[in-house]
Amino acid sequence: MGRYVARRLLQAVPLLFIISVILFVLMQSIGDPLATMSGRRPTRSADRERLKRQLGLDQPVLMQYVYWLVGNDWTSIDLDGDGVRETRGERKGVLRGDLGRSLKKRQPVLDLIGERLPNTLLLMGTYEMVVLVGAVALGIYSAVRQYSIFDHAVTGVSFVLYSMPIFFIALLSMYLLAVKPKQWGLPYFPTVGMFEPEAGKTVPQVIWHMVLPVLSLSLISLAGYSRYMRSSMLEVLSQDYIRTAKSKGLERRYVLFAHALKNASLPIVTLIGLDLPTLLGGAIVTERIFGWPGMGRLFFDSVSDADTPVVMAILMMVSVAVVVFQILTDVIYAWLDPRIRYE
Amino acid sequence: MERPLLLDVADLQTRFHTPEGTVYAVNGISYRLHEGETLAMVGESGCGKSVSMMSILGLIPIPPGEIVSGTARYRDRDLLRMSEEELEQVRGKEIAMIFQDPMTSLNPVLTVGKQITEMLQKHMGMKPAEAADRAVQLLEWVGIPDARRRLADYPHQFSGGMRQRVMIAMQLACTPSILIADEPTTALDVTIQAQIMDLVIRLREEVGMAMIWITHNLGVVAGLAERVMVMYAGFIVEEANVDDLFQDPRHPYTIALLAALPRVDRRRDRRLKSIPGAPPSLLVKPRGCPFAPRCEFVIARCQSEMPPLELIAPRHKIACWVDVLRGGSR
Repeated sequence: MGRYVARRLLQAVPLLFIISVILFVLMQSIGDPLATMSGRRPTRSADRERLKRQLGLDQPVLMQYVYWLVGNDWTSIDLDGDGVRETRGERKGVLRGDLGRSLKKRQPVLDLIGERLPNTLLLMGTYEMVVLVGAVALGIYSAVRQYSIFDHAVTGVSFVLYSMPIFFIALLSMYLLAVKPKQWGLPYFPTVGMFEPEAGKTVPQVIWHMVLPVLSLSLISLAGYSRYMRSSMLEVLSQDYIRTAKSKGLERRYVLFAHALKNASLPIVTLIGLDLPTLLGGAIVTERIFGWPGMGRLFFDSVSDADTPVVMAILMMVSVAVVVFQILTDVIYAWLDPRIRYE
Repeated sequence: MERPLLLDVADLQTRFHTPEGTVYAVNGISYRLHEGETLAMVGESGCGKSVSMMSILGLIPIPPGEIVSGTARYRDRDLLRMSEEELEQVRGKEIAMIFQDPMTSLNPVLTVGKQITEMLQKHMGMKPAEAADRAVQLLEWVGIPDARRRLADYPHQFSGGMRQRVMIAMQLACTPSILIADEPTTALDVTIQAQIMDLVIRLREEVGMAMIWITHNLGVVAGLAERVMVMYAGFIVEEANVDDLFQDPRHPYTIALLAALPRVDRRRDRRLKSIPGAPPSLLVKPRGCPFAPRCEFVIARCQSEMPPLELIAPRHKIACWVDVLRGGSR
């Protein structure tokens, strides 16, 4: 197993390299970061030249990539445009943990991400937990009570929710749980941000503010996940070994959780493994609607500003996470299903 | 020499309500099993053998299944009227069942040890360590070498025959008084089949349990059972001691089955006879004898009335209007 993981990690290196090259080339067409740098007015051409030089955008794409990857502190760059390379480069490159600076905010990308990532992890982690617990419970219950009124109701509601776009659910939840209760003079959920400025960033405040975004995100995913769980559970429940377990006189509940759930969770593990890394990127639409200061908003804003270092960093982070979670999924899969062995 | 009655099943009817219509799987069967007796239940695939057994243990999914009528008295208690909790105390502990395909009948993600010990812990109230020791004994008993080490193995690490041995060890763990064997050798190689049969026969003697052996293979029955029930389309059509059944079959279906069976004591040039036609669809509510369309002795009455299972000789029952020895109605 250790060797398998090591080999997979080694294989990931060229893969990530190729991903980074492709992304970097694509970044060239994201837009002109200099165009909006002087605010509302178009940037003057003299300023453009200077900024381009200072930001290293005057270099060929290949050189820009090399600087991004390994940094430029081993060479000198021409900052004043006199054709002489007299200034020592300061960038260390991604490989040494330097993700560069945001073109727009001029802060290190790492700081920007460090500021946003915890918020996103909090939001998405909570959402994933809600979805998992809810989907497993709903899925099992629907499977055990197949074709009952409850099962049909869950199926119906799931299809409706699953077909709804997130922005609609988000706005609907705002309308029904914030706007209307407020009109009626009832307590209502906050719709924007992580906390009330006057109350400060306290735990109850953040939980309170998380309700609506988590609810909106969960409703959609819950619909899909619980369907998977239901069908997976139904398939397992019709297997011969479940009949065997029952014939042994084991209790229903025990058969369900000790014999069926482990088998039924296998396809779900794959699903989660594919889902979790994308959570790092945040929920772009939901974070924007609810004003949640997370990665999704950072990504959206950075793309709008053509802030390539930030966009690049977020995309690479998600890529690495995808690779890591794939390996992790395989490991967990082997742990759950003893028939699977990696050589 | 009548031994005490252990299981008395009367007028058991099981149906399945499917989108295609109602499946009449078991249509009022009655039989008795005495202590230490081995009963064979013979019939083609889909004739209701397994369903009739699973019905009395409450292993039929309801819905779509429905047990329409009947009683199944086990030691003066009706299994069909027990609560789920009461049945759990019977299943595995009093009446155990081994199944056809050992590849799919063991849980692939639980160790063999776990699948045996969970039973001992539930029914015998054993502590985990105690149960593990007993599991080792059981595995050695059914002939699995290096048993202690193999407790931690998963079913896929065993061969088909070994898996069936594990299954047998597991189901006999609580020394049940009845073992129902649902075609336990069908999915195995012929040589392994013989080994498993010998094993079950040996264990039967050691435990002294009664057994119901379900099979579609009449050849298997001869060396194993005392009494045989022949099932067709959800009915028992003939029931007799094993010798009587082979030497003096009285139901046209049994006669046809035996004629289709290769035998060493028969002349070589005689061809095996197949039964013309196909078993009836169980989707139609049976009217008259279900074998009538394929029967060479058929008379007018067979089409309209199902013959009851009646005693025609000592300990020999058939459900047929015809006397096959003389021809014509009985």
